[in-house]
Amino acid sequence: MVVSQLMPRRDDLHTILLIGSGPIVIGQACEFDYSGTQACKALREDGYRVVLVNSNPATIMTDPGTADRTYIEPLTWQALEKVIEVEKPDAILPTLGGQTGLNLAMDLARRGILEKHGVEMIGANAEVIARAEERELFKATMEKCGLETCRGRTVKSLAEAREVLAEIGLPAVIRPSFTLGGSGSGVAFNKGDFDAKVQRGLDLSPVGEVLVEESILGWKEYEMEVMRDADDNTVIICAIENFDPCGIHTGDSITIAPAMTLTDRQYQRMRDASFAVIRAIGVETGGSNIQFAVHPETGRMIVIEMNPRVSRSSALASKATGFPIAKIAAKLAVGWRLHELPNDITQKTKACFEPSIDYVVVKVPRFAFEKFPEADSRLTTQMKSVGETMAIGRTFKEAFQKALRGLEVGAFGFGSDGKDLWGTPHQPSLDEIKARVAVADPDRVWYLRYALKAGLSMDELYEITQIDRWFLDQLAQIVEIEEQVRAVGTLAGLGEPLLRKAKQAGFSDRQLATMLSVSELDVRETRLRLGVVATYKAVDTCAAEFEAETPYFYSTWESEDEVPAKAPGKKRVMILGGGPNRIGQGIEFDYCCCHASFALREMGIESVMVNSNPETVSTDYDTSDLLFFEPLTCEDVLNIADRVKPDGVIVQLGGQTPLNLARALASAGLPIIGTTVDTIEMAEDREKFRDLLDRLSLKQPASGIAKTLEQARREVARIGYPSLVRPSFVLGGRAMEICYDQAQFERYVAEAFAVAQGQPVLIDRFLEDAIECDVDCICDGEQVIIAGVMEHIEEAGVHSGDSACAIPPHSLSPELVAEIKKAASAMAKSLGVVGLMNVQFAVKKEDGEPQIYVIEANPRASRTVPFVAKATGLPVAKVAVKAMAGLTLAEQGVTADPQPAHVSVKESVFPFVKFAGVDIVLGPEMRSTGEVMGVSDNFSMAFAKGQLAAGTTLPESGTIFLSVAREQAKEAMVDIARRLQTLGFDLIATSGTARTLSAAGITVGVVKKLQEGHPNLIDFLIDGRVQLIMNTPRGKGARTDEGRIRAASVMHGVPCITTLPAAEAVVRAMEAQREMPLSVQAIQDRFPGVASANG
Amino acid sequence: MASAALALEDGTVYVGESFGATGTVSGEVCFNTSMTGYQEILTDPSYRGQILTMTAAEIGNYGINAEDVESGRLQMAGFVVRSASRIASNFTSTGTLHDYLAAAGVVGIQGIDTRALVRKLRSQGVMTGVLSSEIHDHKQLVAMASSAESLVGRDMVREVMPEAARDWSDKLDAWSEPLPQPSIGGELPPAAAEKPLKHVVALDYGMKWNIARHLASRNCRVTVLPGSASADEVLALSPDGVFLSNGPGDPEPLTYAVETVRGLVGKLPIFGICLGHQLLAQACGAKTFKLKFGHRGGNQPVMDLSTGTVEITSQNHGFAVEEESLPADLEVTHRNLNDGTIEGLRHRTLPAASVQYHPEAAAGPHDSAYLFDRFRAMLDAV
Repeated sequence: MVVSQLMPRRDDLHTILLIGSGPIVIGQACEFDYSGTQACKALREDGYRVVLVNSNPATIMTDPGTADRTYIEPLTWQALEKVIEVEKPDAILPTLGGQTGLNLAMDLARRGILEKHGVEMIGANAEVIARAEERELFKATMEKCGLETCRGRTVKSLAEAREVLAEIGLPAVIRPSFTLGGSGSGVAFNKGDFDAKVQRGLDLSPVGEVLVEESILGWKEYEMEVMRDADDNTVIICAIENFDPCGIHTGDSITIAPAMTLTDRQYQRMRDASFAVIRAIGVETGGSNIQFAVHPETGRMIVIEMNPRVSRSSALASKATGFPIAKIAAKLAVGWRLHELPNDITQKTKACFEPSIDYVVVKVPRFAFEKFPEADSRLTTQMKSVGETMAIGRTFKEAFQKALRGLEVGAFGFGSDGKDLWGTPHQPSLDEIKARVAVADPDRVWYLRYALKAGLSMDELYEITQIDRWFLDQLAQIVEIEEQVRAVGTLAGLGEPLLRKAKQAGFSDRQLATMLSVSELDVRETRLRLGVVATYKAVDTCAAEFEAETPYFYSTWESEDEVPAKAPGKKRVMILGGGPNRIGQGIEFDYCCCHASFALREMGIESVMVNSNPETVSTDYDTSDLLFFEPLTCEDVLNIADRVKPDGVIVQLGGQTPLNLARALASAGLPIIGTTVDTIEMAEDREKFRDLLDRLSLKQPASGIAKTLEQARREVARIGYPSLVRPSFVLGGRAMEICYDQAQFERYVAEAFAVAQGQPVLIDRFLEDAIECDVDCICDGEQVIIAGVMEHIEEAGVHSGDSACAIPPHSLSPELVAEIKKAASAMAKSLGVVGLMNVQFAVKKEDGEPQIYVIEANPRASRTVPFVAKATGLPVAKVAVKAMAGLTLAEQGVTADPQPAHVSVKESVFPFVKFAGVDIVLGPEMRSTGEVMGVSDNFSMAFAKGQLAAGTTLPESGTIFLSVAREQAKEAMVDIARRLQTLGFDLIATSGTARTLSAAGITVGVVKKLQEGHPNLIDFLIDGRVQLIMNTPRGKGARTDEGRIRAASVMHGVPCITTLPAAEAVVRAMEAQREMPLSVQAIQDRFPGVASANG
Repeated sequence: MASAALALEDGTVYVGESFGATGTVSGEVCFNTSMTGYQEILTDPSYRGQILTMTAAEIGNYGINAEDVESGRLQMAGFVVRSASRIASNFTSTGTLHDYLAAAGVVGIQGIDTRALVRKLRSQGVMTGVLSSEIHDHKQLVAMASSAESLVGRDMVREVMPEAARDWSDKLDAWSEPLPQPSIGGELPPAAAEKPLKHVVALDYGMKWNIARHLASRNCRVTVLPGSASADEVLALSPDGVFLSNGPGDPEPLTYAVETVRGLVGKLPIFGICLGHQLLAQACGAKTFKLKFGHRGGNQPVMDLSTGTVEITSQNHGFAVEEESLPADLEVTHRNLNDGTIEGLRHRTLPAASVQYHPEAAAGPHDSAYLFDRFRAMLDAV
């Protein structure tokens, strides 16, 4: 049809190397699994051999079937060079693995490794990347092509920075070069603040550079997602407008697509400028993200920055429009042109167009400050959010309210729910409201409503917040509808028109129920009786101009529904996802949900995915047969079920989110498949669980349950100290603490009750110095497979999500492991588990004999499922889903526990670098955001690789600081010190520890405690005179000396080990590294033959 | 809020809220997928007599202003949106969309399932409809819709073209001049030397003003003549070239205009846009046909067959040139990548070229502005 000479893919390339983005950290999350997985599929579809390197086992991209050769290895240039030596790739595609992948590719280029091995950079070469990433070069390029950037420049010293400040004035923005997610960026409002931020930025930047520039605080902020092919065909995929004006990292801003408040001329100018940027920088093919600031009164437009790669925003843009940016970027990199590629969604049209959208998309970030009470929760140009949720509606109001309830923070929209303070004794005063809306923090959005309720004028609110008046007016309209509903006052009086209007404005049944003092189900019944039902519309890239072939839907409240009817004879199973990432619930659960889809597809069952997280593979339109991009609330799920009529619903894979809905969904008649809701609840029911363990003759630490403070005090008196206090039904160890005495107990039990929100609080005897184990198993109701036994490195008491662990156990005897397996198996059978179960055990030596205690059992997917799958080669989640769908383990041919021939270590990764001053000591409350995996023939090397992968650079020489708190641990420290000395390290310690070590004949230098003056350890850290800290805690908190030392170590990039078992493992790792070189191995070689089975 | 209803000839009735002017209008119901530029669209004379649905959900957000105007008045009969903003938020705005429509007598409706409407038009083709804020009897509305006059065979150019000749001198301003595109490294192409003044006659069938601005910006003195002008009238002005503008409706009945163009082909360099493209094709012997639901929006991909590159274009047409009817003299220069229809033509031997889409943008992308440079080159080559 179209007359054009086809320019097919490049056939001079055969093998292409892709680098993943590593562990989930703030600023780099599931979106790079999504983009990397798409890229792998796209390149393999074209016949290329794809070699993938990523240290993160919880990814779909590291499944053995995703790439041809998969290396779960540390993302260091040394490991990459080894992979290059073995695999001999022709090209490297550096633009799909986030900032990590890009930086690593640049490192390989700078070190001459790419050139040495003849590896070509495709998509964007080193020169192009440098032009985009090096600020001065970028600014100079922009100036050359006639575009404005912020005034200011890059400096290498504080003195230089002060000169720039004299030119541009305060407030000034400080951005360190080459840091992740804008780490270390900030706005300075006074000179002292300025000096501090510049100094910190200089320290954080790997090249010791910071950019100092004029502030554009309060300007309108936009992002343009641009794609370009080798023929210079260039298109905009999506324009995103930030609700929060400039000054807040776009990852922390509420954002909206399409752009809402630009005239066509203003938009086209930004489009022209975007093209000018990508051409000037020279990104040859692929996607880029370009950020603009627009002055609200003059329209002056400034280019803030560009990312010459796919990004978090491009993942958002892909989900917002249906245009698969990463997939197309990969295809363009190997020579295809946009118009040669089909638009998957329409099939009939080509990828060379600009999506038009007939709905509104709102993204809201999710924060985790409750985990870091010492951190500053004000939002700045440094990203602090840990996840995000996206909602689609036919109007802004609808999408906005849906996004707020999709956030899963207890809100069901814009107020009028259980979280609403308005009309309660805690209603904020006008002064407080004004103060709170002036500060951008995670709670500002609620105060915007209070401001409107309190009658603050639009102009006043705009003056304080600089949020565009259009957005403020939309919020005012939501409040007006709320007030109309409240004025009616009764459900019976509401009537169809107002009910529909409220639903169209995004009000949930729960909000209406709260306003009208009825139950959520009452609202639902009335609604259904009046015929006010959700309708589903397709995300189709083209505003309905062409027919959509891909079933990607969102709900709204209109006249026409587009969901296809169930095919005759086909079964449909709904999978409930995990919602926005948060600490304790993230990519691991999304991995499980994706595998559920893959398993169902293999069984010929239609999979229906429900999720609200735009970063994920689960919300890729081709993961499942039907995709519903919806909040995970009872109402939203029931509405979808009304439409798709599922034959089964899976609640055990998405983490706590779907589990919290399970009872209500089951009561509403949804067919939950796998382990029953009764069983899930029974495992949480202390008394029933104790009965079960008694029947099986299994031991449990003394425990109790309390619904009141009084009860809690009685229980702790019975159980004794140390005891562990935590709320029930909460993932990730939120508000979980170990109490050694009454005073600690009183403090933490109060917090636990607050978090529990009406649910009981659990109290357990804490087993000090016990070894903790995790077991993941699969049961079909009859037979059990123990997929993996993981021995934790850190002692019991450190949250299992934060602890490192190893498969197989590295210190437990085979007999003990067998006994643990037997116990888990017996529990699974007795409970009648169908699907996955995770059991936590503690092994404590009592009178010289190891005793096994059951800590808890959770009949659902655990965070460790993907790690176990990668360590054993068994596709754990898929096997479990097939069991849920009715295939026995025997029918699946899974009859024996996997026995891996190598050792795999999982190590956790923490966000401390984003939260200056926070104490990093580990405890029962989970704080890690991600994980990595190290694999080797032996534990020591596997642990060493885990450390490398987690970014902990263990020194080869230099000085190590030792400090051990507890008396009984000193002996162990002596052994560690002796071995470190043998390795040639200099040791330093404060006087107490130094005395112990000297007495044992070890040479050790003495360093002052902080309160003893200078030079103390912090001075050593600042001067780079200490390379590793081993500090086991006496006390906790940022205000203690130890806390300050640990926080300082993070800021200065010196690794700090906080538990004795980890210190021992680190020494073993350093010894191993001395003895053998780092080696790499593809997962396909570890498990020959599983690639096809584990797609 | 007062209600309004949109009835289609097939019997469908959508009930929503009235906004803009009150009243009852009929016309062809069509849709536009542009996400920005509603004011330019409202003032585009090619929409004469139509009831237009915007697919973008939130319309009116940035209000209306003094600059985004493409003709002397609003030509559209009715305007359909999912959600109309009650405020205007932009530093350029001078009022709200509601007030603008009310003052111009354009009847509006909001709050209906515009996506359902678009899906109907897409699958069944455009149809006639009635939009009313006054009549609430659905049967009556449907009857009116079925008897409403179709666009086909109607001369609508006479309703929108100017009455008298006039000179045009306004150039593009800084906000609408496309930004120059750099090469790698940021180098901009050297500024072109000022070319000598040329005189262009623009035959106005309902011309968008941004076309004239583009011509003026290329140092053309533009004389705008009513679309009914004869070839002799044009030639009497001894221009260096002729421009054939866009305009509303069916090109078929415009025999007088075709006659004029036929009298000019070969005598002067000619460039046509949209209706002007269809008139040039007809003058050379080709035929036009009605598309099922037209091309209206700012995201239509078009390939320039001479370079193989793709431009994203602004479009607004319900008719197109029929491939089979093309005479040997005409060569296809541009094609739509979505449906393969003809988007550009050139005479093989004479200086005459045309495009079906809108290189002047307003609203829409600037990718095709080069076509004005090509026209200028045609003028310079004479």
